[in-house]
Amino acid sequence: MPGTDRVPIMKKTTYNKPLEIAWLGRGGQGVVTACQTLTKAALLDGEYSQAFPEFGPERTGAPVRGFNRVSSEPIDVHNQIYEPDVVVVIDPTLIPLLKEMGLKPETKVIINTNEAVVGGVMGKVFTVDATRIAIDIFGKPLFNTPMLGALVKVTEVVSMDSLKTTITGRFGGEMGAKNFSAIERAHKEVKPL
Amino acid sequence: MYLMDFRRPSALSAARQLIIQAITRAAGRDCTVAKSKLIGMTGDEAVAQAAKICDVDVVAAYPITPQTIIVEAFSNYVASGEIKTEYVCVESEHSAMSASVGASLAGARVFTATSSQGLALMHEILYIASGSRCPIVMAVANRALSSPINIHGDHSDSMGSRDSGWVQLYCENAQEAYDTTIMAFKIAEEINMPVMVNLDGFITSHCMEGVSTIDESTVAKFLPAKKLNGWLLGEHETLSMGALCLPDYYFEFKKQQEDAMHAALPSFEKTSMDFAKTSGRSYKAVETAGDGDAAIICMSSTAGTIRTMVRDSGEKLKVIKVRLYRPFPAQQLKEALKGVKSVTVLDRACSFGAPTGPLGSDVKSVLYGMPESTRPAIRNIVYGLGGRDLNPTELSDIFAEAHKAAKSGKFTTESGFVGARE
Repeated sequence: MPGTDRVPIMKKTTYNKPLEIAWLGRGGQGVVTACQTLTKAALLDGEYSQAFPEFGPERTGAPVRGFNRVSSEPIDVHNQIYEPDVVVVIDPTLIPLLKEMGLKPETKVIINTNEAVVGGVMGKVFTVDATRIAIDIFGKPLFNTPMLGALVKVTEVVSMDSLKTTITGRFGGEMGAKNFSAIERAHKEVKPL
Repeated sequence: MYLMDFRRPSALSAARQLIIQAITRAAGRDCTVAKSKLIGMTGDEAVAQAAKICDVDVVAAYPITPQTIIVEAFSNYVASGEIKTEYVCVESEHSAMSASVGASLAGARVFTATSSQGLALMHEILYIASGSRCPIVMAVANRALSSPINIHGDHSDSMGSRDSGWVQLYCENAQEAYDTTIMAFKIAEEINMPVMVNLDGFITSHCMEGVSTIDESTVAKFLPAKKLNGWLLGEHETLSMGALCLPDYYFEFKKQQEDAMHAALPSFEKTSMDFAKTSGRSYKAVETAGDGDAAIICMSSTAGTIRTMVRDSGEKLKVIKVRLYRPFPAQQLKEALKGVKSVTVLDRACSFGAPTGPLGSDVKSVLYGMPESTRPAIRNIVYGLGGRDLNPTELSDIFAEAHKAAKSGKFTTESGFVGARE
């Protein structure tokens, strides 16, 4: 990832952060869509929110990071997120990149995987087999939206109602309904490691 | 006044909150934007949506990251019939600005957008646009200049065009990008000068935030009626525009242009007041938050980051944001700097070989006019080139140096780059 050898030594800051979420995926997997869906749902909930991507080389398959901030107060910071409160890994092949994500013991890490054991990850790990859910519901590995369901279960960052309105607004008709079923199933199935 | 306190109700007593609400309403700033009215959109989308409701006649544009979404979204509005705008797909930014100048001189309301290399490519036409007094509005998603190729945010592009006679406004977030685009048309058409609306590439352009929108009929009342000047191309049998002008008269044209540029400041202030009545949001050429005898001067999104850090950490620092960069608001800056003993100017562009960065240079010019006894110590920092983030640790160090200099009367740390590897 660009510039990751310049990870800053974080001094203890006294300022209050909004909830900061980082997403790890590959180009083409819908990281940006997931982030923006989360922000739109948060706005519907009456919260303030930001969604912003970070691309390296802009191409399908290259690692992509997405970020969200959610707060009940207006958010004026625009710098990068160095120590997210939550990290969502939508592609399990990117687990090795977690060591560059500023994890702490209290960071919640939600990983899309069917493995029973995920070693070497600092933080409170949760897993959900979003790929299986996506294949079952869509017939295709569209696992970004189910990860939203898992995120909501773990953090309660937005309401399921707002998420439903946003996702069915983004993908109309049958696709919208399927997306929400996938979200609901991941919401049920995500579990701590 | 640019109060931050009112947005943290849990920290205030109810009575104090009421008083602050009354004051901010009197200052024309709505302190309780209904949250349900905030629509999620990126900075680019906000600019496109703002341009959409301004009844633009012609858009001639060429895509470039990170501005592409502005023209993509706008072309979608045209293709779907939501707006009646003549959309000209040109083959380069040089042609984009050329077509814009032609359309503007024919009396059309013109909008375009670019970034970085695109702005550099249209550079010669920028001078033609301002010299011909075209009220064109252009959004620039600020991006680093090549080489090497970098698509991320810094101010090199717009700073490279700061002498071109364009009014320059800098936006901190998507809401400001939306509002400033609308205000830009009014300012441009009042003074007959082109206006550049700047937003940080990727940091603002691609960041989705909640934006409070205005409906088209309200904007129609806010903006002036379309211009039908006596000097429209095609209206007269014999009319040349931008023709040869020899040494005997060229200088006077430039003097008129400079006068028009200076008129942009009162025009901005008046437009801002009108806009506050329309939207409840008011903007100033120079905005101050916090207090202290050490000040940080910066522009765009960094201002929000610093302001939040200062507010939440209880630092005694004055955060001064320059929103209107050209014309440079010297008087407003001097007022903001009253009582300040140290000034740190953050530049997100490097003027290679110059004594300081672009913003630093303008601030120093203003400070030089102050009597030496009250003149603050000044440090100029170049940061964030190519989208490099200024992280909280580096910011804390900058604050610490600012406080030290306020006490001692001079900076012991050099001006220069912060955040680059040694």
